[in-house]
This record gives sequence, structure tokens and C-alpha cells, in this order.
Amino acid sequence: MHAFANPKRFLSLARWLTPLLLAGGLLLVTATSVYGLFYAPAERLQGDSVRILFIHVPTAWLGMGGWSAIAIASLVELVWRHPLAAIAARAAALPGAVFTAICLATGSLWGRPAWGTWWVWDGRLTSMLVLLFLYFGYMALAQAVTREGGSSRIPAIFGLVGVINIPIIHYSVLWWYSIHQPPSLSMGGSAMAPEFLYPLLLATLGFSLLFGGVVLARMRALLADIQAETRLRRKAMEAA
Amino acid sequence: MREALDHWDFVIAAYAVGLGGTLAMVGWSWLAMRRAEKRREEVRRK
Repeated sequence: MHAFANPKRFLSLARWLTPLLLAGGLLLVTATSVYGLFYAPAERLQGDSVRILFIHVPTAWLGMGGWSAIAIASLVELVWRHPLAAIAARAAALPGAVFTAICLATGSLWGRPAWGTWWVWDGRLTSMLVLLFLYFGYMALAQAVTREGGSSRIPAIFGLVGVINIPIIHYSVLWWYSIHQPPSLSMGGSAMAPEFLYPLLLATLGFSLLFGGVVLARMRALLADIQAETRLRRKAMEAA
Repeated sequence: MREALDHWDFVIAAYAVGLGGTLAMVGWSWLAMRRAEKRREEVRRK
């Protein structure tokens, strides 16, 4: 891992990996969306609204995965002072927030025909909304630290503390009464029919590739900004 | 009594939000990256 601490080495890898991840992700997401809209069967109880599954579930997992990535990168930054870890954590915040927002919006659109309501303040939905606010807080804090020149350890600590919400989201449907169904997929097996399960796994892979591609693109942008600012500052000092 | 809702309205809205949001994020991130790297090269050349 420390081999990639060198921004030059990271950039040489990211240059070809970024378009590859984005192209692969777009291809898979397009294919699974076409399947979800035109070929997936209607479910016995939920009817056609079950098609929302192929967007809602991958974005929910990646919303949580995004914060887990922030927490891991924050830990690496705090413990090993990895130079790219802070940049990776900041880069993961945007796709994490976007996928969390999409998960909430598509969940609401699924809830109306399936449950008869757009929203309920139960454990799962509320903890997911808290995750979106945590993302907003993290991004605002990281932005403020960059602008005001504070320590990058502050957002890293926030990222680590916020990870407590991830098991709360996961277990909320088991701990409290919820209108939301319990997990259909676990390490032990699946309660889903194969015509839903395999396309869902492919859609998740597609959205994950897009997540990875966006993180790399954001990292490259943040790194380029830092390098340009450093060079400009050095030139200004030489001129003075 | 339950209302008769057309599920397809919700399905299409969900796909529009999901795919539209994802594509906007991918496009914006790609353009922001290209812009930042172009600026770095300009600063290097100066």
C-alpha cells in the first residue's frame, strides 16, 4: 500500500484506470437498467415497482460503503500519515453523498406504491438520512480546512466518529420495528429469486466501478489543484 | 380502500433520478478532473 503513497506512481496507475472503471461501470449500469426496465419480471406482491431494486439497493450499499471508505482512509491518514489517504477520503465523500441521496429518493419512490407512504421516521430511513447529513458535514468541514488552512486531522476524526452510523443503518431493521424489510441478502445466503439476484449483483458491480472511477477522478483533480497551488506559491516566493 | 397507483410512474421516476444523478456526477467529476489537470499543466509551463 505504501508503494502508492507516491503521487507520481498513483497518477501513472490512475491515468489508465479512471476511464477503464468509468467505461466498464457505464456499460454494466446501462445493461442492468435495460434488464430492470424491460426484461425483469414483475414480482408477485410488489408488482412492477420491484424494478426499482436495481437502482435503490446498489446505491444504498455504496452510500454506506462510501463512508466506510472515508473511515478507513481517515484511519490510514491518522496512523500512517499516508499522503494520499486524506485526498482519498475527501474524494469518496461526493459519490458517497450522491449515492445516499439517490438511495433515499428512489426508496421514497418505491415506498409510495409498496407501503402507501413516501416516508416514515423509522430506524432504517432515519439513519440513512443521518448518513446524508454526515456526508454534508464532512464535505463542509474538509472544504473549510482547505480554505482556512487548518489540520486535515479534523475531518479524519469526524470520518472515524461518523462510522458508528454504519452498523446502526445495517442492524436498524433487526433492532427496531421497521416498515422496511429485513436484509434479503447475507453472507449465509439469499432469499431472492435468481432473476433478481444475479442482475442485482451485476448492477452493484457496475455502480461500484462508477464509484471507483469517480473517486479516482476526484483524487486526480484534488492532487492537480494541490500541485498547481504549490507551484504558484513557490513562484510567488521566488519573485518576492 | 387502497388507491390504484400505476407502478410504472414510480419506476420511471426512480430510474430518471438514479441514472440522471449518477451520470451528472460522473460527467461533472470527469470535467472537473480535466480542468484541474489542464490548469496544473498551464502553471508548469509558465
